[in-house]
Amino acid sequence: MTTQYSDHTPRFSIALISATALAYEVLLARLFAIIQWHHFAYMIISLALLGYGVSGSFLSLFAKRLLNQYATAYITNIILFGLSMLISFLIAQQIPFNAEEILWDKFQLVWLFAIYLLLMLPFFFVANAIGLTMMAMGEQIPRIYAADMIGAGVGSALVMVLLFYIMPNHLLQVLTVIAIGAFVLAWLELRMPWTIRVTVLAVLAFIPFLLPNHWLDLSMSPYKGLPQLLRIDGTNIINTQSSPLALIHVVESNTVPLRHAPGLSLNATTEPPPQLAVFSDGDNMTVINKETTHPEQLAHLDQQTSAAAYHLVNANSNLILGSGTGNDLLQALYHDTPEIDAVELNPQMVGLLQNDFADYSGNIYQRPEVNVHIAEARGFVANSRKHYDIIQIALLDTFGASSAGLYALSESYLYSVEAFEDYLQHLTPGGFLAITRWVKLPPRDNLKMFATALQTLKQLKVTDPNNHLMLIRSWQTATLLVKRTEINTTDIESIRKFCEQRGFDLAYYPGIDATEVNRFNILREPVFFEATMALTGDNKSSFFEQYKFNIVPATDDQPYFFNFFKWGLFRELIDLKDQGGMPLIEWGYIVLITTLIQAFVASTALILLPLVFSRQNKINKDKNTILSFLYFLSLGLAFLFIEIAFIQKFILFLHHPLYAIAITLAAFLLFAGLGSQYSGRLQQRLGYYRCVRLAVLVIVVLGLFYNLFLDGLFALFLASETPIKIGIAILIIAPLAFFMGMPFPLALAYLNKNFSSLVPWVWGVNGCASVISAILAMILAMHFGFTIVIIFALMLYVIAMMLFRSLPLAKGMTPTSP
Amino acid sequence: MNVQIVKYVISGLIVLFTAYPALLCAEDKYTKARHALIKEIIADVQATSLYLDKEALDPRVMNAMAKTLRHEFVPFMQKPYAYQNRPLPIGHGQTISQPYIVAIMTDLIKPKPDHRVLEIGTGSGYQAAILSEVVKEVYTIEIVSALGKQAKKRFKELRYRNIQSRIGDGYYGWEEAAPFDGIVVTAAASHVPPPLIKQLKPGGLMIIPVGSPFLVQHLVIVEKHADGKVTSKQILPVRFVPLTGGH
Repeated sequence: MTTQYSDHTPRFSIALISATALAYEVLLARLFAIIQWHHFAYMIISLALLGYGVSGSFLSLFAKRLLNQYATAYITNIILFGLSMLISFLIAQQIPFNAEEILWDKFQLVWLFAIYLLLMLPFFFVANAIGLTMMAMGEQIPRIYAADMIGAGVGSALVMVLLFYIMPNHLLQVLTVIAIGAFVLAWLELRMPWTIRVTVLAVLAFIPFLLPNHWLDLSMSPYKGLPQLLRIDGTNIINTQSSPLALIHVVESNTVPLRHAPGLSLNATTEPPPQLAVFSDGDNMTVINKETTHPEQLAHLDQQTSAAAYHLVNANSNLILGSGTGNDLLQALYHDTPEIDAVELNPQMVGLLQNDFADYSGNIYQRPEVNVHIAEARGFVANSRKHYDIIQIALLDTFGASSAGLYALSESYLYSVEAFEDYLQHLTPGGFLAITRWVKLPPRDNLKMFATALQTLKQLKVTDPNNHLMLIRSWQTATLLVKRTEINTTDIESIRKFCEQRGFDLAYYPGIDATEVNRFNILREPVFFEATMALTGDNKSSFFEQYKFNIVPATDDQPYFFNFFKWGLFRELIDLKDQGGMPLIEWGYIVLITTLIQAFVASTALILLPLVFSRQNKINKDKNTILSFLYFLSLGLAFLFIEIAFIQKFILFLHHPLYAIAITLAAFLLFAGLGSQYSGRLQQRLGYYRCVRLAVLVIVVLGLFYNLFLDGLFALFLASETPIKIGIAILIIAPLAFFMGMPFPLALAYLNKNFSSLVPWVWGVNGCASVISAILAMILAMHFGFTIVIIFALMLYVIAMMLFRSLPLAKGMTPTSP
Repeated sequence: MNVQIVKYVISGLIVLFTAYPALLCAEDKYTKARHALIKEIIADVQATSLYLDKEALDPRVMNAMAKTLRHEFVPFMQKPYAYQNRPLPIGHGQTISQPYIVAIMTDLIKPKPDHRVLEIGTGSGYQAAILSEVVKEVYTIEIVSALGKQAKKRFKELRYRNIQSRIGDGYYGWEEAAPFDGIVVTAAASHVPPPLIKQLKPGGLMIIPVGSPFLVQHLVIVEKHADGKVTSKQILPVRFVPLTGGH
């Protein structure tokens, strides 16, 4: 296809807009996690990415006209991409969508749809720019795709860094500036003359800078914790910090003290000391306690179920996982623990107590008893050689989000069977692992935790796992205690006394009697006791089946601890919607499924649309079209299956979700880009089909090898320094990603040569498949684990290869001359 | 310009003529909707009877539900939905609770005509209004001043003379009016404030809904026994058994 300016491939501007688009995608996830909630952020962004699919359909129908004016169309799309990034978000955040009302109020769906449409726009424009270039410069497809992928790789890493230095709402402005930079670059690359049209576009590009500054303020849902607290007179935000992990706000309340003490005994008479509230993403409130010289002001720390471990063992060393703003640390200090290792992932949280509020909090992280470690909990434990009397896992989330099942989509390596194994192996012989969670009715987390501990003990081959556990509860929180050695009569006496004094209930200890349970915080049925009896009895598997929530332990391969969803339960609760049933619905999984359904319906429509109007754009409804469709569908699904599964595997190796995501994603995209670049040359030697066959062969061999031996490989380098681990990770990803970058551009270049009208259409198919793939990968992982996700992906690559073989001329086609 | 003025006048007249009869009919509509809602709540309670340990709620509570004009407690835009059995947003990040939950909560504190009840978290004032129909005196505290002022005005306009309201911190209860026969805590709290337990009469009950503004997960009843011992009871306000086949 020949058009104006076709000699000058705008590779740098393509790379720049791809980088910006990927950065924008990551930023949107942050922004929506702040103004809404994590799971809706997930749904909104997944569907917004269908903008790529819309672009495919749009180009199928209108590319011919646009290609006549390729250069203008290209830079116009870049400008519109830049503008819509900012403007779409600003409008979208004003839409009064309230996720919690969705089942009560059908109109919420209209708002949700409006948000999708708005946020689709930037992705639509960027996909148009790239798609048009591929069509205009068909011979250069591998190089264009390479620029696209390399750009995206750089963007994914860069945005993580930028989020540490720039507030998310201002980063939106920065990305708009970068997009405008891409416009200038494109103009230079295409060697366009400076016309009036270009001048107009250049002027338009300055719109974002004319917007009043307050328009950029984030408009948080009024039902989140931060806006709720700020409605109280005398409250002020006194510190704000951003990172890719969270947007942190510190709030002081001058007129009404905060008094945060979840799970406090009903018998408690003391009030907590003055506190400052700390919010992550406008929710998940924790507090910084003011230093006090009166120990009785901290007496509340001994009136919570989480204090139980300190009454069972005279702790000389303590490990706190998720020490955050220091509540559990303070609890350990209150109980005179001489040596405490405090582990926290977010450096800014620790920074608050070490710098900004060091005086206020009494600088507890600097106390001689305390060693603070900025690390991911699992990674710290895996690399530590120390043994502890108490390992405490803090109550990290809020009840509201937790009870609605909003964390179902979050992978958590903190509560898997393998994690428990690590914890138990780091206990001293008389030591306890203590995990506190919110009490939900009917119980979920506490029981899954209990079942996880049982399974771990079984895997560690202890004689009688039932003799190592205790579970206590208040009306609000429950604490599971797991002992390395068997629980003895002294332990039982101590826990009885602890509970009796505070009005907490015993739910389980070895040999517990039915008369001892359900005495202070009375439930209609003693469900905690009954469930723990069933789990420690012979009919554990039938109990898992019969229990209406999913409480089967999570593993590293299926790390969805917070997914309690079962289909039967959903149907029952929908029927009981008006009779108080709705709050029991586990929303996370429902969001995932509805996202998949919406993506599937929208994709089908987008893919069929150009076929319906095929007369104008000459798409034949023949075998080749179907084969091409299936080929690009398979590739779109397979690429992201592998990418997502490997990100998860590398989180466990690199032990930091941010590094793992940034490095894995960037490495995959960069090396796939290089692979794409090289595929152009390779094709000239081998021809299209043999090239695809070689790539698929390598992918399958490497994929299977990694699936079998990656864990062993990781074990070899587990204790290595982080930079070495990063190097190893890149070395592992590089060859796989390199070859994964080949099948797509090769087939696209082939189509461009033989069935050029299909190019924009399959570009859209790939866009849609990528969206579906990300959602489907998660569903498959929840049900079968990430290992199976990789196997599925490899099968899809083989299918794709076979499909490509069936396309006319693909197999027999001779290599193209340079 | 003149044409514009004429247009405004005509549209104003149209609105007036169409809205006036609608306004007249509205009261009638609200009454019907309220009665339908009461029937719905009765049916819902019956369906949940096993879990609430009763076939029906206290008739005085149901009577209060039937009498109280919920549409007077919601913002103008929410009036058409006032008698739907659902929570509604009332601004300031707050909601008016689902009527079914309000009815159950009121019933669970076992209100008597001579009782004095404290409410923490006035919100729209609807819960206080229901309480005022079944007990002697209601004391209610709201922490968000805009909401507190609004509710105070509303109580005055609707002539709820046995409701005392104030704006402030609910943690220490209402010392001057203590002790109370019942306390309803509708505001989110990380724990039950010890001063509130202190202000509860021996034999008194406190009720706390647990969950988020739109979704009440379960209800907690705190009971202060005659001997001063404090226990709690957790109730799932829904017909639900956690095991399949177990009824």
